[in-house]
Amino acid sequence: MEGLVSLAVKAVFVENLALSFFLGMCTFLAVSKKISTAMGLGISVMVVQAITVPANNLLLTKLLAPGALAWAGFPDVDLTFLGLISYIGVIAALVQILEMILDKYFPPLYNALGVYLPLITVNCAILGGSLFMVERSYDFAEAATYGISSGFGWALAITAMAGVREKLKYSDIPDGLQGLGITFITAGLMAMAFMSFSGVKL
Amino acid sequence: MAQTYRSQLVDPLIDNNPITLQVLGICSALAVTSSMQVALVMSIAVTLVTGFSSMFISMLRNQIPNSIRIIVQMVVIASLVILVDQILKAYAYEISKTLSVFVGLIITNCIVMGRAEAFAMKNPPVASFIDGVGNGLGYGLLLMVVSVFRELFGSGSLFGITILPTVNNGGWYVPNGMLLLPPSAFFVIGLLIWAVRTWKPGQVEEREYKIQTVEAH
Repeated sequence: MEGLVSLAVKAVFVENLALSFFLGMCTFLAVSKKISTAMGLGISVMVVQAITVPANNLLLTKLLAPGALAWAGFPDVDLTFLGLISYIGVIAALVQILEMILDKYFPPLYNALGVYLPLITVNCAILGGSLFMVERSYDFAEAATYGISSGFGWALAITAMAGVREKLKYSDIPDGLQGLGITFITAGLMAMAFMSFSGVKL
Repeated sequence: MAQTYRSQLVDPLIDNNPITLQVLGICSALAVTSSMQVALVMSIAVTLVTGFSSMFISMLRNQIPNSIRIIVQMVVIASLVILVDQILKAYAYEISKTLSVFVGLIITNCIVMGRAEAFAMKNPPVASFIDGVGNGLGYGLLLMVVSVFRELFGSGSLFGITILPTVNNGGWYVPNGMLLLPPSAFFVIGLLIWAVRTWKPGQVEEREYKIQTVEAH
């Protein structure tokens, strides 16, 4: 249990997907102009991340890993090279299903998050989360924890960024830095701030 | 026609650079630039994937039903990325370890998807291939520039060859360790965008709020 808590804290602060691995940067920069939209996207990413990382973990251990197909009579088969295409398939399919479920049973939530869901399929934070899960060989409980907390970390980062940018638009910025340039530099400063968590151990 | 092919190839380098202007594919641009060798491998990989995925998608464009086009594009791109990943693991294992998840993340690199969606779906294969390669090169160019800064001033070397002998090895140069850390990539790209936009003022974004100066009475 302690291991899971420290994993969660690490995923939210120290190894923040957006600010220390730069994942999901495209959407991070494009959709961080207003706090409300940023928060909506952040929450959707968190939900999708919490579902896809454990789902891909199951896929890996039950189908793709070497020897995982022993139950079907193929103990020597190693399908890990199909990993990338299966993960992205799972992500695309889950996002689509989530969209349909929300539309059918939770229309208010669908109206709030619906526009962001298609964006999430191509958000590198989601695929990145699954790939990190594979690379660090998390088990199922760790994968579930990592999914939720890394999604939360991303949501936190984009909301904070949107807060800064809302203030920033009233500032007198040099012409060449206007828009994208200053956003990069702000993100850099935020990443530095987040690095100060790196000494924290639980 | 030759002229347009050339402009397709050259335009994305600076005038319409995917990173500084279209804000595409930034994730990996920031993460893999702390050493030049890795950045070079990454640029080549992305250029090849963008070029070929655009070409294949363009060949299929009349057969792909509109409603499932994203999935089809994903499958084409993911297959190419798996190919690249396997080749890297076979012939450049060390580098593929350093790149870790970022090879896989070429799939979700917005440049590849963006070009497939914006260009390859409407244009013939050859033009799409050239457009893809051009955008890949524009991405690579920026990656190389950023990594020159970061490796030269961060660890005093280029491609692993020592240029500025560092203090640790008995030289005179005190390396700026911050350039090897993630945040520096943001600063370098931010400043590069500033430089490019000062050079080409046409790329400057409109202000949301104009600052008005009020005359004092």
